[in-house]
Amino acid sequence: MVEPAVDLTHGHAHDDHAHHGPQGWLKYLWSTDHKVIAMQYMFTGMFMALVGGFMAYVFRMQLAFPDISVPGWGGVVSMGEYNSLVTNHGTIMIFWVAMPVLLAAFGNYLIPLMVGADDMVFPKINRLSFQVFFVSTIVILASLFVEGGGFAGAWTAYPPLSADATYNLTPLGSTLWVIGVGLEFVAFLLGGINFITTLMNSRAPGMRAFDVPLVVWMIVVASILFMLSVGPLLAGAIMLVFDQTIGTGFYNPATGGDPILWQHLFWFFGHPEVYVVLLPAMGVVIEIITTFARKKVFGYRIVIFTVVATGVLSFFVWAHHQFIAGIDPRMANIFTITTLLISVPIAELCFVYIATLYGGSIRLTTPMLWALAFVAEFLIGGVTGIFLGAAGADIYFHDTYFVLAHFHYTFFPIAIIGTYAAFTYWFPKMFGKMMDDRLGKWHFWLTIIPFNMIFIPLFVLGMGGQHRRISNYSSFSELAGDGFQSVRIFATISLLIMLAAQLIFFYNCWKSWRSGPKAPKNPWKANSLEWTTESPPPHGNWRPDRMPVVYRGPYEYSVPDREEDYWPQNEPDGAPLQVVDPDAGEQGR
Amino acid sequence: MAARATIIPFRPRPEKKQLISDGVLGMLVFVFVEIMLFAGFISAFVIIKSRAVGSVWPPVNQPRLPVESTAINTLALIASGVVLLIAHRAHLRARRSGEDGAVRRGPGPASPRGLGGLPGDSTGRLLVAATLLGGTFVVLQGVEWLALIREGLTITSSTYGALFYTIIGAHAVHAVAAIAALGWATMRLGAGLLTREALSTVAIFWYFVVLVWPFLYVVVYL
Ligand code: HEM
Ligand SMILES: [Cu+2]
Repeated sequence: MVEPAVDLTHGHAHDDHAHHGPQGWLKYLWSTDHKVIAMQYMFTGMFMALVGGFMAYVFRMQLAFPDISVPGWGGVVSMGEYNSLVTNHGTIMIFWVAMPVLLAAFGNYLIPLMVGADDMVFPKINRLSFQVFFVSTIVILASLFVEGGGFAGAWTAYPPLSADATYNLTPLGSTLWVIGVGLEFVAFLLGGINFITTLMNSRAPGMRAFDVPLVVWMIVVASILFMLSVGPLLAGAIMLVFDQTIGTGFYNPATGGDPILWQHLFWFFGHPEVYVVLLPAMGVVIEIITTFARKKVFGYRIVIFTVVATGVLSFFVWAHHQFIAGIDPRMANIFTITTLLISVPIAELCFVYIATLYGGSIRLTTPMLWALAFVAEFLIGGVTGIFLGAAGADIYFHDTYFVLAHFHYTFFPIAIIGTYAAFTYWFPKMFGKMMDDRLGKWHFWLTIIPFNMIFIPLFVLGMGGQHRRISNYSSFSELAGDGFQSVRIFATISLLIMLAAQLIFFYNCWKSWRSGPKAPKNPWKANSLEWTTESPPPHGNWRPDRMPVVYRGPYEYSVPDREEDYWPQNEPDGAPLQVVDPDAGEQGR
Repeated sequence: MAARATIIPFRPRPEKKQLISDGVLGMLVFVFVEIMLFAGFISAFVIIKSRAVGSVWPPVNQPRLPVESTAINTLALIASGVVLLIAHRAHLRARRSGEDGAVRRGPGPASPRGLGGLPGDSTGRLLVAATLLGGTFVVLQGVEWLALIREGLTITSSTYGALFYTIIGAHAVHAVAAIAALGWATMRLGAGLLTREALSTVAIFWYFVVLVWPFLYVVVYL
């Protein structure tokens, strides 16, 4: 908060760290600084988003214009290639984009800064985490180029299709796929241990459990969910690799195995996993909403309890993915009830967000637009989930485009909208430059509008009974009619617009990074601790003798009788109110 | 950021009392994941067993598992856990009575925390005993595996064999890793560098390996 003269020369404050370890790019590669590791995760994740986006472009072109030569792909998309593309698109977007960016990158970046620590508790484990993740990235990318091509058994990898190369036709690709995903899980395990321990043990003096920003809580709860659910999937994955490579028969009914076993193990992980990615995005959004509504979060503790309750419930809904897998109808009833129950806390969170907005003095900056869009779009995803959760309706909807549109209305807000919200909000902190707001808004609208134009038509297709996972609808006379093809073309063209709009984002990043105005410490006048250090923060985050001390929760906005409408966590009570900083300017007041 | 008229007192960070130390907490989280891993294996076992043709389990043409000799082997493992528990407590006690632990045995640079082995401290001997008992368990298991393979139980001979080698093999991998960790702790102790936290971290892992075994034994062997 205060800038005595010495603070301005902070660049030298951490010189004692500079001579640790190797120099140059090696230094970067072997850095244990949580901010560097966060950037590594972030840029790897963004690169993978480009890969996944390219795949979407290719298979959407095939769907809209069957059997044309797709520009950039170099030919017609064969059926095998189509399967491989959709499989790896899903896998990459969830495990190599949503998780690394939202959980790993922002978790790594924000947790130490927001709890006032100089780094993670286990910096070396943190580095190892990224290194394992990097190897897993190479494995999954390599799997696309081996003989037979990348795995083509759908991202859920149901056996027997996934277990037997005579079915999926990708003998090497499928094994590399399982190994890649397995390594990736190990990476997040290592990261998660750090997140939990750091929150427990490294909080700044004075920071009690209920002074921790919600995004940190949510990332940590998400890590705990991940930890609790990933074990069974790892067990399942080990058995799947054995089935693929040495010919055991865990999932093969002919030898006494059980293919449904995999579905249970996968979805016991898979459903909590959707909350693993949802919660960090939810946390990011609430931080942004309070900051730009200049209002205290409505029901801070209730939010935390709700999130924990959601986490617990999320372990009891998995079979709603298996309503037509031959499970007992009585079981289906139970899982219908738990699924409907779990929408209650999620709906509650949405209401909390709206209540936080209510009566605030809202500023529609780019991050705020993204945050608001998250709430609005996710709502559609959540509501359509209720249809799918009702076993009766799901018998019709299962494996149609309705399911696909449902989970894109959940995952897209999370992985794309949530990430853009977080990225634009913390960009000044991460890179020390302000982003161009006008370009940001263009990018926002040109992403959000086409997004809806892609996926609302897919709901229509799903309600019309269009099965997903078909590469060429014109080969099936019963699916080809009724003008559905023009709906597909419409969705594909919308996708092209949306992909093109991402160029604005990259241009904005590059331009702002090169020549944007320098970011002050606290451009948004927010309360949490990361805004009390330099932008970007130095190694160690604060000077060792200036580590923050916390006096209150992070959401004291618009407190009556204070001249300013915010009250940073590290400011003792009774600090004088008058502002004398010349470079703070008018911004944000 | 707006500078203020007064300087906010940045207090030096007080030394914090942690509920659980970093290493122990990290290991506990990890052990939780491991528990879920084995829970996954056990549920797979139960599900596949429940689908056995004509409810015959183990399959008729497959060799039986050595229930009795494994029971004895189980005792070796549990004994190892108990010995480690005693070693763990001896280490804590020695640390406490040894003031700042300035009395050190063996060569090596003076450690700032000064946690060398102390006179009359039985930790070292007990640690070695626990490690050896654990090693015995792994070796005997290996001998049994060789016998089973000779009798025709392999990982591809049936889902029974596949489950057996996968689950028990996963446990064996953990046991070997844990024994290596115990060995490391013993070496650190010899060098006078073994902290309470480090020993607790390693010990928790071994307790996990010991405690999960009876469950596996009951589910898989009986
Ligand atoms: C209110 C909360 C939600 C409810 C009630 C719900 C319900 C459902 C149901 C019942 C299905 C199975 C449909 C079928 O396969 O026939 C489903 C599929 C799916 N949901 Fe949700 N969901 C909710 C939230 C989410 C969230 C937050 C995410 C992601 C972050 C998500 C991602 C998915 C995915 C990926 C699938 C499809 C998996 C596949 O078969 O490929 N859902 N959802
Ligand atoms: Cu689900």
